[in-house]
Amino acid sequence: MSEEIFSELRDAVLFFDDEKARALAVKALEMGIDPVMTLEEGLAKPLREVGDRFETGEAFITELIASAQAMEAGAKVLNEEITRRGVNRKSVGKFLIGTVEGDIHSIGKNIVATMLTAAGFEVIDLGTDIPTWTFVEKVKEYEPDILGLSALMTTTMVKQKEILGALRDIGLRSKVKVIVGGAPVTEAWVKEIGADAIGFDAGSAVQVTLRLMEGS
Amino acid sequence: MVKNKPALKLLSENGCDVKSNIVRMPSGLVEEALSKVPSSFKLYSREGKQAYTVGGDNVIYNPGSAAIFFLDGETEEMRRATAEDFRDLVRLTDALPHIHAQSTAMVPADVPEDISDLYRLYLILKNSTKPIVTGAFTIEGLIDMKNMLEAVVGGPEELAEKPRAIFDCCPSSPLMWSDVTCQNLLDCAEHGIPAEIIPAPQMGATSPVSIAGTIVEANAEFLSGLVISQLANPGSVVIYGGSPSAFDMRYLTARLGAVESVMAACASAQMGKSYGVPTHGYLGLSDSKAVDGQSSFESGMGILLAAMSGVNIVSGPGMQASENCQSLEKLVIDNEYCGTAYRLIKGITVDDTTLAAELISKVGPGGHFLAEKHTRENLRKERFMPTDVLDRLSPDAWTKAGSKDTMQRARERAKKLLKEHTPEALPKASEERLETVFKKILTRRRVTANQLPVL
Ligand code: B12
Repeated sequence: MSEEIFSELRDAVLFFDDEKARALAVKALEMGIDPVMTLEEGLAKPLREVGDRFETGEAFITELIASAQAMEAGAKVLNEEITRRGVNRKSVGKFLIGTVEGDIHSIGKNIVATMLTAAGFEVIDLGTDIPTWTFVEKVKEYEPDILGLSALMTTTMVKQKEILGALRDIGLRSKVKVIVGGAPVTEAWVKEIGADAIGFDAGSAVQVTLRLMEGS
Repeated sequence: MVKNKPALKLLSENGCDVKSNIVRMPSGLVEEALSKVPSSFKLYSREGKQAYTVGGDNVIYNPGSAAIFFLDGETEEMRRATAEDFRDLVRLTDALPHIHAQSTAMVPADVPEDISDLYRLYLILKNSTKPIVTGAFTIEGLIDMKNMLEAVVGGPEELAEKPRAIFDCCPSSPLMWSDVTCQNLLDCAEHGIPAEIIPAPQMGATSPVSIAGTIVEANAEFLSGLVISQLANPGSVVIYGGSPSAFDMRYLTARLGAVESVMAACASAQMGKSYGVPTHGYLGLSDSKAVDGQSSFESGMGILLAAMSGVNIVSGPGMQASENCQSLEKLVIDNEYCGTAYRLIKGITVDDTTLAAELISKVGPGGHFLAEKHTRENLRKERFMPTDVLDRLSPDAWTKAGSKDTMQRARERAKKLLKEHTPEALPKASEERLETVFKKILTRRRVTANQLPVL
């Protein structure tokens, strides 16, 4: 019975059907199937498959994002139930991301957020042009495992340094791993500002983030 | 969506439907703006001596702007650009005959970030007389840069009357004006500075994947900017720009060298022409990281098609890695392609002289044209004369000359030009005024002179 619903959910994810994913998630709950298992078997697994196919070049980002959206539509229903039951949802980790102050470039950040969601992270996206202080406040509020900072310009990159400084000043630096990204960001810069890692593109961002999680 | 308060106020006062920051414009307002915007204008060299008409089918090439990286010609390594690299690029551009305008083409890493945008303008003003294509990174940046230009030319009236620089103002595709770039646009209008409205849709990501749909979207973005600028100051100069890219769905990069991007940029410019507005396009650049076959093909394609489409301001030569890197060698090579493109659009002259029927019978069967007066008199008119960057040697001569490829020949020419070309110095009075303004800016931004590289 559950196998059948998992396979239908899988189709919804593979064929980008948000509505079907949502409806099937409701149906699975009604049938009394464990929501955590439904999430993993019916939604997360097929999405990971699409992610793998993207890595090898068989699927394009447009398919990955559409699949991720279908997955999220179903996951929303299941997560509500999981929270209601007070079960600890097994997310890979909590990831807070945003583009730094003075910078409105959003696409790279959005894609990284989507890929991390696909990889099982709980992602909170603050948006673009985010003041340093807001990052600090939100780190306090959400207590993420990892903070991701996007900066696409040489002039705004310095904000990454500022944010790390602010986290240090307030004693939060040791509580969160920081990964930076964006076209001007280099390995040398990561060293200079004392961040934990760099993601050159969405694919490597996921791998590096997973590695950071292992270390934490 | 407009995220700038003064613009929102202006728009709602002039009959637009403004709900929070979503603006709908009545078509009459757009038509009125179109009737006010100039169809062409003159852009001047630093001392105002030379005028370039921006409009019609005139084409002005300039290096693509604001690259983060520099391709080091010695090591062939892509690294962060320094002020010295940028100064070299400016001097080289000053020397190259087919690149008619400068651009703030690289952002130096060895200059405090707070001033890195305007420091580029400072270096151009001191090292070249060519007109400038530029842009600010912040609201204050534009005002500071305007003040620097005014200092050099002798005052605001002179700058407004004879503009020396064009400023880029980019809407954020899809359908949005950020606070900074919209304020830049308003400030350009207020101070009589030509503004280049450059939508940068990434096809498939921030605009429809179809070229036609992308042009519809970019057109709406341009028209909204046009209305804002014409409301702020009717008759102010606006350029119809475009930097469309094919968003790569496999590697998530903005492909500016893709054929679809070139098509979209040229088609966008044609929209601009149909409105009778001067045009611009990001063309003549490549996604390749090395100066190689791909970089030459993509850039050559953009440079030639831009010329054939009559795009007025063409930004791209020298640029690669999807707008992220500049190269002296590539600029030197692209300069040859720009020369080639100018030749192409001059077309084939057909008249009695060029048809040369009499000459053909005079030389007759088995003769030759080498000693003919007609050949001597028309050679320079008919031919684009490339430099030795384009290989024209016999196989034997090429081998004896060291079997050099394009990159090596370009490196040699870049070095030679940098050694031999001395840019015209900034007149004393201008220099003094510039230094005064620049010092004030440094003080206000808390940058000390010893934080600046010694050039
Ligand atoms: C598209 C674009 C725009 C669009 C942005 C639209 C949007 N919604 O984002 C618009 C037109 C609005 C724009 C505006 C401007 N731009 Co712009 N823009 C670009 C362009 C061409 C592509 C950026 C992009 O989206 N790439 C595709 C995405 C998928 O890649 P990505 O962002 O690099 O992200 C990947 C990685 O970097 C990494 N990553 C990114 N973030 C993060 C975060 C984390 C945590 C991790 C792990 C990884 C990671 O993973 C991503 C996915 O693979 C770049 C040039 C370039 N090729 O990078 C210039 C560029 C960044 N822009 C530039 C400039 C100058 C500007 C403007 C100032 C222009 C102006 N005068 O108006 C304004 C900026 C205003 C402001 N204050 O922010 C310069 C920056 C120069 C510099 N030296 O810093 C560039 C380099 C172009 C140039 N040479 O002039 N721009």
